Amino acid sequence: MKAFTYERAKTPTEAASAAVRNPGAKFIAGGTNLLDLMKLQIETPQHLIDVNGLGLDKITPTSDGGLRVGALVRNTDLAADSRVRADYAVLSRALVSGASGQLRNKATTAGNLLQRTRCPYFYDTTKPCNKRQPGTGCAAIGGFNRNLAIMGTSDACIATHPSDMAVAMRVLDATVETVDAAGKARAIPIADFHRLPGTTPNIETALAPGELITAVTLPKPIGGTHIYKKVRDRASYAFALISVAAVIQPGNRGRLAFGGLAHKPWRVEAAEAQLPAGAKATAAAVLAGARTTSQNAFKLPLVERTIGAVLEEAKA
Amino acid sequence: MTKDDGFAVSRRGVIAGGVATATLGGTAVSAQTQPVQQPAPTTMPVTFKVNGRNTKIDVDTRTTLLDALRETMRLTGTKKGCDHGQCGACTVIVEGRRINSCLTLAVMHEGDSITTIEGLGTEEKLHAMQAAFVKHDGYQCGYCTPGQICSAVATLDEIKNGIPSHATSDIAAKPGVTTAELKERMSGNICRCGAYSNIIDAIHDVAGTERTA
Repeated sequence: MKAFTYERAKTPTEAASAAVRNPGAKFIAGGTNLLDLMKLQIETPQHLIDVNGLGLDKITPTSDGGLRVGALVRNTDLAADSRVRADYAVLSRALVSGASGQLRNKATTAGNLLQRTRCPYFYDTTKPCNKRQPGTGCAAIGGFNRNLAIMGTSDACIATHPSDMAVAMRVLDATVETVDAAGKARAIPIADFHRLPGTTPNIETALAPGELITAVTLPKPIGGTHIYKKVRDRASYAFALISVAAVIQPGNRGRLAFGGLAHKPWRVEAAEAQLPAGAKATAAAVLAGARTTSQNAFKLPLVERTIGAVLEEAKA
Repeated sequence: MTKDDGFAVSRRGVIAGGVATATLGGTAVSAQTQPVQQPAPTTMPVTFKVNGRNTKIDVDTRTTLLDALRETMRLTGTKKGCDHGQCGACTVIVEGRRINSCLTLAVMHEGDSITTIEGLGTEEKLHAMQAAFVKHDGYQCGYCTPGQICSAVATLDEIKNGIPSHATSDIAAKPGVTTAELKERMSGNICRCGAYSNIIDAIHDVAGTERTA
């Protein structure tokens, strides 16, 4: 690990100002992803701003009947909240399908959104990676890419976003709230929060330098049957090959968002109109424009079958 | 004695040196993308309660809680396995919750209460979970055992407190101590010897529950 200086911020604006003052700074909350990457010298911040003391660890009702989840609410606490379990079960389900008990106890809501890809070439500092070092190329294209993206990819990057939580938040149309160094607040729809790789896969979110996530808000509950189906190589403690977050209403109307397919949680609203026609039609609409490799083309039928399993489960 | 005890010239030193050499290429790469100069190593004081004892130490900001426990405080019961949050050997209980001590900095735990395997029981009076691991042969080499036991103790608390898991069939209901729940909740603790089955028996024994299908 490279040396760094460390401070504990007292308010969100103070934290954002400290980040602007120190261009090589990073916020640290749970630290479960950042410290891992710092040990590998993939992340080399010169300064760490500990945001654990900002008091952003509450889940409170919003005026329009939704929930405001503080940026520092731990994954365990969000999954266990009785209101989330009752009204946003897809979010609880997604959270408990990710990581391990130990990691969920530390990992925060904002940190989960900001976690970096698990592409093996991003982790291997001896290999080119446009995300880790812009302009060096992509070793994953033509490399070992069985678990990498098939939607929204570019010639620069085929990494996936690893979060389960974010996929459920995408299906729920959540909003990410932030504050900057001047104290100015901003609300970013989750659909616009994560970026596709394009030519700059190193820029992963809509956040400006120093901008701090303060909360994620969930709109008023929409009812329906909530399902999170994650397909992976191990039964537990593994990243998704693909995952589906679904809220299914009577008559097979509903919403679907996907993990393991793209650089961001993947949702094609237009494809949801195909749900009453079944899994095959829906999958075809979701996967239009897919770019696969010989190793990850299996994700195409896997998406269709998993949508089928979701619809079966919703019927039961 | 000091030479043996000092970790100064040891296998770990040789291994660490080897790793540093191997990653030089990577270091040069990241130096190009981040032209800002790294600061000199900084130390900070941190005060926390470890196994009931108030402890104040000065640590390099880079020191993980795991290294502070093992290297600074010489509480070597907690083990370093992968050092990347994948194996669970470093599991300790902080403020009543199990965490991977390898993925958290010591300086982030000002004022916290930390329980390690040394704080759960003593040789004379084992914690119920330690006694159950002995009774059910919940280990072979024993390296993952301190982490398994801390994790198992916290797991039963999590179930008692109604925290759901991936194995909970009704996410809105209170989970029970079923075999499926224990297997899922203990998945962050890897045992290379494969003592999993006996570990599950030990946890059931402490919970006073039987194996379920």
